[in-house]
Amino acid sequence: MNHFSPPQLSRRALAVWQRNFLVWKKLAIPSVLGNLADPMIYLFGLGYGLGGLLPAVGGVPYIVFLAAGTVCSSTMNAASFEALYSGFSRMHVQKTWEAIMNAPVSLDDVVAGEWLWAAAKATLSGAAILIVIALLGFVNSPLALWALPAIFLTGLCFAAMGLIITALAPSYDFFMYYFTLLITPMMLLSGVFFPIEQLPVGVQWAAKVLPLSHSVQLIRPLLSGAVPAAAALHILVLAGIAAAAFVVAVTLTRRRLLS
Amino acid sequence: MEGLSPLSVDGLRKSYAGREVVAGVSFALRPGECFGLLGPNGAGKTTTLRCCLGLTPPGAGDIRLAGEPVPQRAREARERVGVVPQFDNLDPDFSCAENLMVYGRYFGLATADIRARIPQLLDFASLAGKDDTSIRVLSGGMKRRLTLARALINDPDLLMLDEPTTGLDPQARHLIWERLKRLLGQGKTILLTTHFMDEAERLCNRLAIMDEGRIIAQGSPRELIAGQIEPQVVEVYGEDAPGWARSEAARFAQRCEVSGETVFCYVTDAAPLLAHLEQRPQLRTLHRPANLEDVFLKLTGRELRD
Repeated sequence: MNHFSPPQLSRRALAVWQRNFLVWKKLAIPSVLGNLADPMIYLFGLGYGLGGLLPAVGGVPYIVFLAAGTVCSSTMNAASFEALYSGFSRMHVQKTWEAIMNAPVSLDDVVAGEWLWAAAKATLSGAAILIVIALLGFVNSPLALWALPAIFLTGLCFAAMGLIITALAPSYDFFMYYFTLLITPMMLLSGVFFPIEQLPVGVQWAAKVLPLSHSVQLIRPLLSGAVPAAAALHILVLAGIAAAAFVVAVTLTRRRLLS
Repeated sequence: MEGLSPLSVDGLRKSYAGREVVAGVSFALRPGECFGLLGPNGAGKTTTLRCCLGLTPPGAGDIRLAGEPVPQRAREARERVGVVPQFDNLDPDFSCAENLMVYGRYFGLATADIRARIPQLLDFASLAGKDDTSIRVLSGGMKRRLTLARALINDPDLLMLDEPTTGLDPQARHLIWERLKRLLGQGKTILLTTHFMDEAERLCNRLAIMDEGRIIAQGSPRELIAGQIEPQVVEVYGEDAPGWARSEAARFAQRCEVSGETVFCYVTDAAPLLAHLEQRPQLRTLHRPANLEDVFLKLTGRELRD
């Protein structure tokens, strides 16, 4: 049976978004602090510990270089965790999606609501780090405000990719493969911890197609007060992957739940 | 029959991996009635409901729900329908009132309108004052009642309930039945699936017995009992009962079924059989009128369906 057709969306998707927002609101402060702790430990540990051994990287102290990368990788992680673990709980374990689909809400709307929610939550995560590093003086340009839409776009991209994996997952264990085989290598190859130029040339080419590297190339210049080179290209790549992955996620979720 | 049928199904078929789970099912609900779909596990009841709600496309057949063609306009049709699923899927992250509020938003209802309805719905579910109680601490019966209240958030014309009392204790079941009767009194139409015959006999105006994807009998509980089976049942128990059934029962009973050490004798006139059994004190007997369960077992057999 063919489950592919363009997603049909309605405003009811926002009711799904709102449901998740209401749950989050109950635990908002611990959730934000929890999302901040891990990246901050890495930022300070590596930024000061390792950074002390290094000369300026990309023309700035290492911790400033790393701070911009951390914004991107944290956004990716937050979007992925929400779309994978939380999404899977609601779809498979709690049967929340089934309950919603008994109301006049289509599966496409449910997936869209989850997608926008995971991207929004990732944006909160990325923005929280942005605020902290701004307070620490690692950001010194109002251009940094443009990082917010870029963070949201990064969230959309990784949320949609995560929803594909959720649609395919038999259990939570499955997500380990995604993190080990995709997310972790992406984090190491996309210029979060060091400039891509440090990699062998062949690997550099591979790194350039990774969505996180586009996010990094978009956001890092903005935080240091520069307009990103080839900004349109990076935006197009992230938006293109986000849209394509969303269509695939909808198709696969239909196959899983509507057959 | 007046008014448009709230749900009509004609020639519905659905296959999974080459196996036909629903194999040509047709029925139509009359406004204001309670219609039961009965059948053993795996008979195709839940799949039929899923098709009717537009949650899975049928292989063949026509479905009209609340006047709308399904699955084409299933989403619009569901605006007028309330659903109580087989397994509770209340939102565990929310309180009772929040569950109703969030669910109402899926219908596009305004927050103020939902808020105004919540007290009467909780009252209907005998959960008055439990607005802020977490779902996690509710008993099974309370969860079922809240699920029923949730299905009423949009004031639907038709309620679809998939095994609404499975797993509940007798007190909880009776309360659900009483509430469903109240809804019928308000003019709502109910479609329910069940494998409890007493539930079907008590609630349903009409019912259809399904087995292996087909409807094998349809009618009011009374019609089915009168039309499908002998009116009297004598149950005979004891170690010797199966032997007795082989050698003697046929002389007194139109039909006998043996299940372990129990023999079910179906008769039009029980007097000769009972007189005979008085001579056999080692056999215990129970004489009763035939009921829907007898019809069900006759039509679907006694072997287990797992």
